[in-house]
Amino acid sequence: MDEAQTLSLVLFSGTDDKLNAASVLTAGAAAMGRKVNVFLQYWALDAFRADRITKDHGVSSEAGSEGAALMQKHGGQHWSEIFRQAKDIGEVGIHACSLSMEMFGLKVEDLDPLVDNQEGVASFFLEVDGPVTFI
Amino acid sequence: MTTANITRSIDARGMPCPGPLMSLIGAIREGQVGDVIEVLSSDEGSRSDIPAWISKAGHELVDLVEEDGFARFIIRKVR
Repeated sequence: MDEAQTLSLVLFSGTDDKLNAASVLTAGAAAMGRKVNVFLQYWALDAFRADRITKDHGVSSEAGSEGAALMQKHGGQHWSEIFRQAKDIGEVGIHACSLSMEMFGLKVEDLDPLVDNQEGVASFFLEVDGPVTFI
Repeated sequence: MTTANITRSIDARGMPCPGPLMSLIGAIREGQVGDVIEVLSSDEGSRSDIPAWISKAGHELVDLVEEDGFARFIIRKVR
């Protein structure tokens, strides 16, 4: 496959709807041969804790109660599983923001193995070659 | 196309996007060149995604059959 621009995602929100949307984008980009570079900050990082990654992280406020029910009914694979598949088929790096790690008092061992490492924001930008999408 | 030619069949009906495509990619990776893989999908996204991926990845879409409430994709692993 030819070289395509990297998909650079900054995940901030820790709700299941936004993480699911991010995982779908990641899988699609990886399937089409794009490198994916993910940076986890704040609540998204918190959702990647090994002990709670598959727990209920709620939905964003715009979902409302109807939207939340809709999501539950739709089901499908958990976003962590979609990220895993994306990593399996493509070049997907998932990095924990060191500032957020410090804030939450976390170590890399506390995170799900989906997370490759902890790094600073400048290291994240080393691999950015185009726009950054913030979710 | 008879079912006798099919190496592996994946029933991804009911699986939302991008599940059927991810299952196909997994099967292609595990398979041998020349294998014929069948994917059944009720996901609308698959109708555009599976042909797009096949063309990008350099495989062959042998057939796409519209069934009642789902699509049947027949793919040959080319490389």
